[in-house]
Amino acid sequence: MSVLKELEKATAEAPAIGCAEHPMDNFMRMDRMPSIWCPSCGIGVSVNCFAKALEKCKIPLDDVAVVSGIGCSGRVAGYVKVYSFHTTHGRALPFATGLKLANPKLKVVVFSGDGDIIAIGGNHFINAARRNIDMTVICINNFNYAMTGGQVAPTTPGGAYLTTSPFGNFETPFNLPFLAESVGAVYVARWTSLHVYNQTQSMVEALNKPGFSFIEIVAPCPTIYERAQKMGDGLDRLRWYCDNSEINNEAQTKDIDIRLRDQIVVGKFVDKTRPTYLEAMNAHFKEILGERYHPYEG
Amino acid sequence: MKPDPKGVLTGAHYLDGDHACCEGALAAGCRFVAGYPITPSTEVVERFARRAPLVPGALFIQMEDELAASIAIQGAVWGGKKAMTVTSGPGYSLMMEHIGLAAMTETPCVFVDVQRGGPSTGLPTLPGQADMMQARWGSHGDYEIIALSPNSPQECFDLTIDAFNLSEEYRVPVMFMMDECVGHMLERVVIPAADKIEIYPRRMTKLPPGQFLPFKPGPDLVPEMFKAGDGYRIHVTGLTHDFRGYPDMSPEIQEQLVHRLVDKIRVNTPKIIRYEEIDVAKADVVVVSYGITSRVATEAIAQARRQGLKVGMLRLIVCWPFPENRIFELASQGKAFVVAEMNYGQMVLEVERAARGRAPVLLAGHGGGTVHNIEDITQKIVEAQKCRS
Repeated sequence: MSVLKELEKATAEAPAIGCAEHPMDNFMRMDRMPSIWCPSCGIGVSVNCFAKALEKCKIPLDDVAVVSGIGCSGRVAGYVKVYSFHTTHGRALPFATGLKLANPKLKVVVFSGDGDIIAIGGNHFINAARRNIDMTVICINNFNYAMTGGQVAPTTPGGAYLTTSPFGNFETPFNLPFLAESVGAVYVARWTSLHVYNQTQSMVEALNKPGFSFIEIVAPCPTIYERAQKMGDGLDRLRWYCDNSEINNEAQTKDIDIRLRDQIVVGKFVDKTRPTYLEAMNAHFKEILGERYHPYEG
Repeated sequence: MKPDPKGVLTGAHYLDGDHACCEGALAAGCRFVAGYPITPSTEVVERFARRAPLVPGALFIQMEDELAASIAIQGAVWGGKKAMTVTSGPGYSLMMEHIGLAAMTETPCVFVDVQRGGPSTGLPTLPGQADMMQARWGSHGDYEIIALSPNSPQECFDLTIDAFNLSEEYRVPVMFMMDECVGHMLERVVIPAADKIEIYPRRMTKLPPGQFLPFKPGPDLVPEMFKAGDGYRIHVTGLTHDFRGYPDMSPEIQEQLVHRLVDKIRVNTPKIIRYEEIDVAKADVVVVSYGITSRVATEAIAQARRQGLKVGMLRLIVCWPFPENRIFELASQGKAFVVAEMNYGQMVLEVERAARGRAPVLLAGHGGGTVHNIEDITQKIVEAQKCRS
């Protein structure tokens, strides 16, 4: 028996720890625990916030679909006990587009990482936002490709060391809230993993907001990113967020680039209204086609 | 079951193959098309865009690229729709990623490829038949698909319905392999009344949530489905997964899953294969062809007969899975084969494999851009007759 098999067997036979009912039992696939995420990783924090947000919104879990792409954050779909789709790299958004349009009563949430949503999925991101597809995108930004061992990403701050930027990154990174606002997102916020309350509150607002809502979560990746920058462990990073985050809801998104070892501006930057894709489609066809058109409801 | 008459344009029409394909999809119950413009396939989505607002529950969306189109349809399928996407060679190359996803997640959907000359941008407005192996093998990993090839606008209508039915029956992506000639050819297309059309409903589970294992196959190796919003809260992943749909990286589960994905088509091949035979029994030479080339070959066969040769035709309607047993039978009877196709040797490899050395197999190949010269095929028939004797 391999070491891994022995471990699995021991885990399966081990008595349950703590209380008989975990508060997340109804939301998480407990039979899939433990997760693959490293200790102090920020992804789990956001999953917890998301569960709380769904509870606060009183959205039945039977109506929720989580779509993920590939990567560490792409594994979220597999752990949450709702409809969950673990798709291909970068393509969570077009899958979610099809799902939402086919069944508009679903509350569709894309949970994925910065590389997945913004690099390989960048084209889908800008077009889904432009169309104002009614979905919430939660983008965990850990500044690198962590699943594959820490490569440079389009969000990596200048100067950061990663395995494919061994002499430090010289590319200009994306400023995600600025990008999201400029392509038409109706709700844009950024928080760090430390901002548990604000993050949850933003998720509540985004879930209740018709249209394309976007939340960037700056999350520690202590195993790779923080270690490579010699920024300490996960707790050190949270302390750093505490000391270096500035909440400024009035900030202009163009001004909130993230630089290495520099202040991070967080907040809710955009909250506006415009017709969703289906609202626009139904209104347009009704106007042009009149009585011949039956409003599309799925 | 019978289709919703609102999607069926009953009557006799003068349609090109692209438009007929669109009507076939609507008749089959397709209510979601995601596309990206590309010649010579664009007319399929243009027609769907025009028709969808007047068919209840139908929606067309033009996506940002073929990667998006080919996965948006899969989101729509899990949301409960029948769905297809439409493209040509360069777009088809981009869609390979999601043909693999559809195979792995057993998502029933239809990919239409109106083939043009390639490789790369090739001949955007002119015909080719050189995506046939790509249809079979284009995505990475082991999987099986079904591919059909129509040779007339009427078949573009009829076989599109079959494509949807097969995708639902076996839960596979079905490749609808048209070519530019068939796509742009105008002919009479008769669309029957809705109650004369048979469409297959999705194989939805009747088991309650909690008892339903979404990737546990039935006796024909096909699992039952659910749709998002029905209370099952199930996980679907492109990773290797167990009966619950949970990722499992063990070789045992890989064997269980991938072997079944392959076997569900291989075991059911006798039910899926479809071909048309003309005068094969008495023939010395059998011309194997498909799509527009089968119509050119018909004339070549007539020429060869005028020279006194005994020639028959086996036209592939379902190209994948391939009717290898039938080819072997004919090879064993001492017949020679000419494979006429608009490429430099794709389906001919299957004919050679299936003939297992028992019969000469000649390629009447062509690079595309136009159909074959009839005489070129006739010449190959004459050569095949000589090889045989």
